[in-house]
Amino acid sequence: MTTVQDLGRFGHQAKGVNPTGAMDHISMRLINILLGNDENEAVIEFHYPTPTITFEEHAIFSIGGADFSPSLNRKPVANWKIHTAAPGDMLTFGKKQKGERAYLSVKGGFKLPKVLGSSSTNLRAGFGGLKIIKGMSLDLNLKNGTLFEASKKIALAPKTVNVALRPYIKNEQEIRIIGGAELDSLDQDSRNKIFGQRFIVSGHSDRMGYRLEGDCINRNSESEIISSSVAFGTIQLLPDGQLVILMADHQTTGGYPKIGNVISTDLPFLAQLSVGQHITFREISIDVAEKIVLKQEKEIKKFKASVKLYS
Amino acid sequence: MNYRIHPLSENAITLYFEQKISPEINDLVIASCLWIEENSFPGFIEVVPAYASLTVFYDLVELINQGYKSPFLFVKSKMQEIPFESLKTGNKPKNLIEIPVEYSGEDLQIVGRHSKLSEKEIIKLHTEPEYRVYMMGFLPGFAYMGGLNQKLATPRKKKPRLKVPAGSVGIAGAQTGIYPLESPGGWQLIGHTDKKLFDPSDRKLSLLSTGDYVKFKAV
Repeated sequence: MTTVQDLGRFGHQAKGVNPTGAMDHISMRLINILLGNDENEAVIEFHYPTPTITFEEHAIFSIGGADFSPSLNRKPVANWKIHTAAPGDMLTFGKKQKGERAYLSVKGGFKLPKVLGSSSTNLRAGFGGLKIIKGMSLDLNLKNGTLFEASKKIALAPKTVNVALRPYIKNEQEIRIIGGAELDSLDQDSRNKIFGQRFIVSGHSDRMGYRLEGDCINRNSESEIISSSVAFGTIQLLPDGQLVILMADHQTTGGYPKIGNVISTDLPFLAQLSVGQHITFREISIDVAEKIVLKQEKEIKKFKASVKLYS
Repeated sequence: MNYRIHPLSENAITLYFEQKISPEINDLVIASCLWIEENSFPGFIEVVPAYASLTVFYDLVELINQGYKSPFLFVKSKMQEIPFESLKTGNKPKNLIEIPVEYSGEDLQIVGRHSKLSEKEIIKLHTEPEYRVYMMGFLPGFAYMGGLNQKLATPRKKKPRLKVPAGSVGIAGAQTGIYPLESPGGWQLIGHTDKKLFDPSDRKLSLLSTGDYVKFKAV
């Protein structure tokens, strides 16, 4: 599946409009920064099996996130770098090296109308962004003259995203979470099961949520939960004793017990996990979570400043 | 005022009132949301009402960039500033929205068998109440409503339909609702309305909002 995504459509959840947006928001931001784009510029999110992309105009582009062995006119091009394409050039992909979701950004972005302030694709409601299918073509904001002007500056810019900033993709991932509103209502045995076992990402996992498989967790409480807001990363305990992690296309509200919420720096790891891979959970305080985000944002800011020097 | 504040994520905080479904508590939620919107603060993105809670979404990065050491504590303190005792609730004029429904749903017979009521009785009982919208969610423009006559309560379909058309009016357990968009779903369908429930190109976006009242009218 190939869609257009940005950082999501916020401001209308009170009307039930779910934010959607890129699953691996860090990879998306990084390649936009690399190209000197706005961090929120819409990108193409794609999966394996991959699309083949033909350039009909000159373009400057970058790919990030999952590594699907990209080639331009059969010559390998690397992720996290700046590339140029001429009319007729063909971007193809080969072996799936690691990760599940790749991002393609072009200098200046795609020409797409924003709906309610965002270009993200709301697949369920069928509006905004674009679900891209074979044969479609997308217009670019920067063409010929304006693009060449922009490209003069880019030649001097840092040519790659620091390795330390890229979401690190491995086979078994520790996911850090802050405790949810109903975590304290669980007994010690259930807590041990959440923080002491390895969960498998099940086949029922998509942009809406990941169903996990593990030892059944009991909630020894009869008290009914009244639905309230949920977020990207909310972990809910389902009536069958299994966990679900809500992902980018989650709905705005949920009525199952909230065990916790994956911290935003770890969402990209989840976004890049494959079915069958393992995760474990570790609980951290909101205070520590904020410090982790702060540290990452500092590094991203530094990277951004190094790009700005040249643009 | 009895309430509990809990982080939902590092970008959102939920304030829970007494966990009860009642118009009074839901009014308090709506008034609190209004107060937050009128007393906005740096990094504020949106506030979202639910049955008996409200959630403030904020831009953590923006707050960090503006020098706030703990965005969570800052936003929490803003939520604690809500003057709960003096909020004006309940004296707002009731926003009653009439929705014309053609009661010809495919599952009318199933609801009839389950409730042991005739079609006529089902329509009478379904059009009688003024349903309160307690929360929006599930789909853009979908209203969670309270007030269904318990005689009409019917369990969901065991096998959800892959495509329920937009405008379908249905019953699921003790709830009634309207599908704003075509979607898969397990509700028992009793009717259909031509009213547009959700339109991303319209400024109002959604026909219904939390706190509104709905009356169905058979056509």
